[in-house]
Amino acid sequence: MNQWKNFTKGFIKENPILVLVLGTCPTLATTSSAFNGLGMGLATTFVLVGSNVVISLLAKMIPDKVRIPSYVVVIATFVTIVDLLIQAYVPALYATLGIFIPLIVVNCIVLGRAEAFANKNTVMSSLVDGVGMGLGFTMALGILGAIRELLGSGAIFGMKLFNGDGALVFVLAPGAFIALGYMIALVNKINKAKN
Amino acid sequence: MEYILIIISAIFVNNVILAQFLGICPFLGVSNKVSTAVGMTGAVTFVIVLATIVTYLIQVYVLKTLNIEYLQTISFILVIAALVQMVEIILKKISQPLYQALGIFLPLITTNCAVLGVALLVIKKDYNLLEGVVFGFATAIGFGLALIILAGIREQLDLANIPKGMRGVPISLVVAGILALAFMGFAGMV
Repeated sequence: MNQWKNFTKGFIKENPILVLVLGTCPTLATTSSAFNGLGMGLATTFVLVGSNVVISLLAKMIPDKVRIPSYVVVIATFVTIVDLLIQAYVPALYATLGIFIPLIVVNCIVLGRAEAFANKNTVMSSLVDGVGMGLGFTMALGILGAIRELLGSGAIFGMKLFNGDGALVFVLAPGAFIALGYMIALVNKINKAKN
Repeated sequence: MEYILIIISAIFVNNVILAQFLGICPFLGVSNKVSTAVGMTGAVTFVIVLATIVTYLIQVYVLKTLNIEYLQTISFILVIAALVQMVEIILKKISQPLYQALGIFLPLITTNCAVLGVALLVIKKDYNLLEGVVFGFATAIGFGLALIILAGIREQLDLANIPKGMRGVPISLVVAGILALAFMGFAGMV
């Protein structure tokens, strides 16, 4: 039961984007369509799970004073792996995500989970935490991407839902800011109503 | 002429925050007051220019010559982290007033994706060292411009009556969206 709670907290209660507002850069930059958003989310999830597991294993061995640089090296290793994998197997996604794949290394969520969770919990809980947080992040990115794609071009995952062009501005930069702003406001409202 | 084009493009057309989405965290975090926004801009400019020079030299003389370019991400982020730490220590020793002004912002900069982003873009765009430095400097000015404009608007927003759920981050994001819309007017200039 405890692990279940640990897993689900990333979706609503502690959602990295919508509640903690961490990692906004890739969120805004890569959600021009639902597919791109999901791709970025899954890449980040991979890094998050990998670094959480390795850091929870190494936590006792790493001296306290050099822990941040050590975490960064671990994270950067996984980012390099995912960078090469996407380049090899999904070149279309690699072209659209561009420098945001190497930039996962400075995504506050990854280092934040390492520092706040993985270094003081067991391997199993860290794994669950990584998967939950990663999928919560992916969910938010997917939804934001779907909203922008729907409003901007009238399609979801490239499937046309209605005819016409839609408001192009939602696919471009301004729409990203505005859509995310309203999404966070909505989640604020829901969380307040619950309490 | 080429340099002027790089500068205009980096500040207005491809503004680092409003068009490229780099450095949003400090953009939302320290845009409460104009004075902190100015301090942050100073610190970011300093670090971006330094980091661009150092990472460029590493790319050309270490990674390329040894044929280990796949280590780019790891080496760049470590160099930037070390650089920020070093700048902090040196500033503390040699210039107390400057340290007082920039000091609190420096640790935040390591996780500012604009720094690593510019370092990676310079390599990707095949700039030479001078072009890279000009690009880095102009990007930082663009960052400062967007940050200071937003800080000015947010100071005014404190006086406005905003619905409860929209206060704080959501309204800042919507304002940033409208700013981005305004900056889109520069598209096609370069």
